[in-house]
Amino acid sequence: MLAVSCKNIKKSYGSDTSRVDALRGVDLEVEQGELLLIVGPSGSGKTTLLSIIAGILQQDEGECFVFGENLNALPNGKKTEFRGKNIGFVFQSFNLIPMLTSKENAAVPLILNGVPLPAAQEKAAQILTRLGIPEKVDISPIELSGGQQQRVAIARGCIHEPKLIVCDEPTAYLDHETGRNVMEILKKEVLKQDRALIVVTHDPRIFDFADRIVKMDDGKIFS
Amino acid sequence: MLLYALKMLIGDKAKYIGIILGLSFASFIISQQAAIFIGIMTRTCGFITDTSQPNIWVVDPKVQYIDDIKPLKDTQVYRVRGIQGVAWAVPLYKGLIKARLANGNFQTCIVIGIDDATLIGQPPKLIEGNIEDLRAPDAIIVNDVGAGDKLAHKKGDLTVPLQVGDRIELNDNRTKVVGICSVSRTFQSQPVVYMTYNRALSIAPSERKLLSFILARSEPGEDPQAVCRRIQETTGLAAYTSDQFKTLTVDYYLRYTGIPINFGVAVILGFIIGCAIAGQTFYNFTMDNLRYFATFKAMGANTRLLVRMILFQSIWVGAIGWGIGIGGACLFGFLARKTELSFWMPWQLFLGTGIAMSAICSIAALISVWKVRRVDPAIVFKS
Repeated sequence: MLAVSCKNIKKSYGSDTSRVDALRGVDLEVEQGELLLIVGPSGSGKTTLLSIIAGILQQDEGECFVFGENLNALPNGKKTEFRGKNIGFVFQSFNLIPMLTSKENAAVPLILNGVPLPAAQEKAAQILTRLGIPEKVDISPIELSGGQQQRVAIARGCIHEPKLIVCDEPTAYLDHETGRNVMEILKKEVLKQDRALIVVTHDPRIFDFADRIVKMDDGKIFS
Repeated sequence: MLLYALKMLIGDKAKYIGIILGLSFASFIISQQAAIFIGIMTRTCGFITDTSQPNIWVVDPKVQYIDDIKPLKDTQVYRVRGIQGVAWAVPLYKGLIKARLANGNFQTCIVIGIDDATLIGQPPKLIEGNIEDLRAPDAIIVNDVGAGDKLAHKKGDLTVPLQVGDRIELNDNRTKVVGICSVSRTFQSQPVVYMTYNRALSIAPSERKLLSFILARSEPGEDPQAVCRRIQETTGLAAYTSDQFKTLTVDYYLRYTGIPINFGVAVILGFIIGCAIAGQTFYNFTMDNLRYFATFKAMGANTRLLVRMILFQSIWVGAIGWGIGIGGACLFGFLARKTELSFWMPWQLFLGTGIAMSAICSIAALISVWKVRRVDPAIVFKS
């Protein structure tokens, strides 16, 4: 089964004279076990496509199947539930909650999936240890470096073992070495045979981690 | 997730303290002003509360409240005594009489003349002296607040309270203090002087009728309200149970004085200010955290859970704000207990303030909930 299958996805913002066509008929397939990089200049529609694949944005036309599920056809509640169980997120600006510790941040998806708090936080601590920051589990993200924060975000993105992990510019705020380090973690620790990893980026330093790269411009995929 | 909601709330200390302060202020203003209002209203009928032996008050039908005295004929007492269901009935005088102080000043006093034989209508608590001494010639009993302040001897900066054995002139009649009592504070804060009914009649300015009230008690097993109806039908006078007379008095002050409006405005202002401060700060807090709520939403939190988190946060700050405000009001009342300020906080006021705080928090939370319900999870990808 394909991890992701998108056909003729179209999406526009605004109306009439202010209308902007963000996606103009995108076809995309992602295999299980594949690390796909979507690259392209700003405004090319990468993040819009990622949002539609992740089920947090509705396309105007076309169909998008994630592990066989047509997200567009699901009612909101079911779609939210599907996202919670099957999709992990890693954001460009981390979106870690500064009032919580790293461990508490990483445990959020498990708690949302009904895992009791102590068990969720214990697993979060284990993953953070595996990702190389065992001493930071009880520290607020604001006390961490960019690379460490992104590790916490990765831990949060994969703690509930989602089938699809979507990453939006995960290395944008990181230096070269840290950025590569993060990609190594994503490829070695997170990517499994039954999972897929989609990374949106315009950072050429991490292109060599990709199993496949698709280029986008002006709302279309070129290769 | 509720624990996380709490940590998010407490973690933003500046806003957390701001919301708590806003709610505490509102809670304090609402409860303190309302307590003063209730205290004042309680004072208006304090005399009825103090006079606990009778459970029926018989008055002229035109009387609108306790201080609106329209004297009755003395013979009415006998008519009331003859009505079925009345165990006993006694006369009571209540009027204002000027006392001349040692320094030559005059002080208006509330004079209560109680039944000579039974001493029914006596003060609720005697601090010094014996109630039987009231039957001695020229005897009076003065309330402690009046004795210690308005009737006290002033010698330069020194104030010597009126004591048992001291003499004062009431309407040019020499009287002797035989006891000091404690009574509810009066609305006008005038000293209260108790004496026998007949002595009161001899001291009071001459009028055709001087009987202020007939105090009566229903026989055991009789419904006081039914007895009141019988008194009204038989005598043409108005008869109220103690509670009815209190209500009549409070209603008068509520209807014909500006007191409720003044305090009502203060309470409403407290409510509005609380809404404004707490609502605005809570809304700002939610807006600051909107990205995190969107992140939760993207990661699988449904709207119901997010709403629960916000409601929990609002209930938390509401409960703390309520507690601090009510505590502050109680402390205020405690510190003011020896002053002229009337202040009473019944349990209903705690409940009422709690309801007001719940309303403020609900309004604050509703605005935030409205925003969070519409948050687009796609904003999580915006840097």
